[in-house]
Amino acid sequence: MSDVKKLMYVNRRAPYGTIYAWESLEVVLIGAAFDQDVSLAFLDDGVYQLTKGQNTEDTGMKNFSATYAALGDYEVTKIYVEKDSLDERGLLLDDLQHLVWEDEDEDWAEKDSIRLVSRAELADLMADQDIMFNF
Amino acid sequence: MTIEVNGKSLEVDEEGYLANLNDWEPNVADAMSKEDDLELTNDHWEIINFLREYYEEYQIAPAVRVLTKAVGKKLGKDKGNSKYLYELFPYGPGKQACRYAGLPKPTGCV
Repeated sequence: MSDVKKLMYVNRRAPYGTIYAWESLEVVLIGAAFDQDVSLAFLDDGVYQLTKGQNTEDTGMKNFSATYAALGDYEVTKIYVEKDSLDERGLLLDDLQHLVWEDEDEDWAEKDSIRLVSRAELADLMADQDIMFNF
Repeated sequence: MTIEVNGKSLEVDEEGYLANLNDWEPNVADAMSKEDDLELTNDHWEIINFLREYYEEYQIAPAVRVLTKAVGKKLGKDKGNSKYLYELFPYGPGKQACRYAGLPKPTGCV
């Protein structure tokens, strides 16, 4: 068994218009099989990936926003959202999906996955990673 | 590649998964299982229907370990384990059951 590495997936782009957001999500779900210490960071326009009520009908792209709610099932439980990026876009935590994970050891108690962090806190978290994937 | 279901030819990919999710009907699962010499029981359908609901909610086919855990939670621990699921779907509960359910290959099945 190799050492557990700290992996962070950094999402900076709006969800549609490019394939980055969906590609990132797929890589996270596939990579979740490898028992690493995984976290996701959403900043800049990436915070739009987590907004509620997305409608892609006119874009010709699949609306994959429902898939973020599956992250908890894949044991991805640390989702950092940069508060400064929300503020700059006039968004509140309440505009984002309520993402949770269920703790099997506590009779499936629901726990929040999203953690609001400041730009400085996120910088510290990034400095602490072994590997970062930028999307 | 195609599969014949009730006189209709439905397009499938090289691994036998339906090309168009909307083509699915219960007869598709029957036709696919027949090709695998497997008779579908209520226990099989319980998992197939579970997968279709999972896809409806999350827009992905779950990886097998995610499926196992989710089945355990919804249908009970006696069903949420690899042994039970592999007995039902010997080619792999993720892959085989997702195929019968008309879903794409599971995301995160390695």
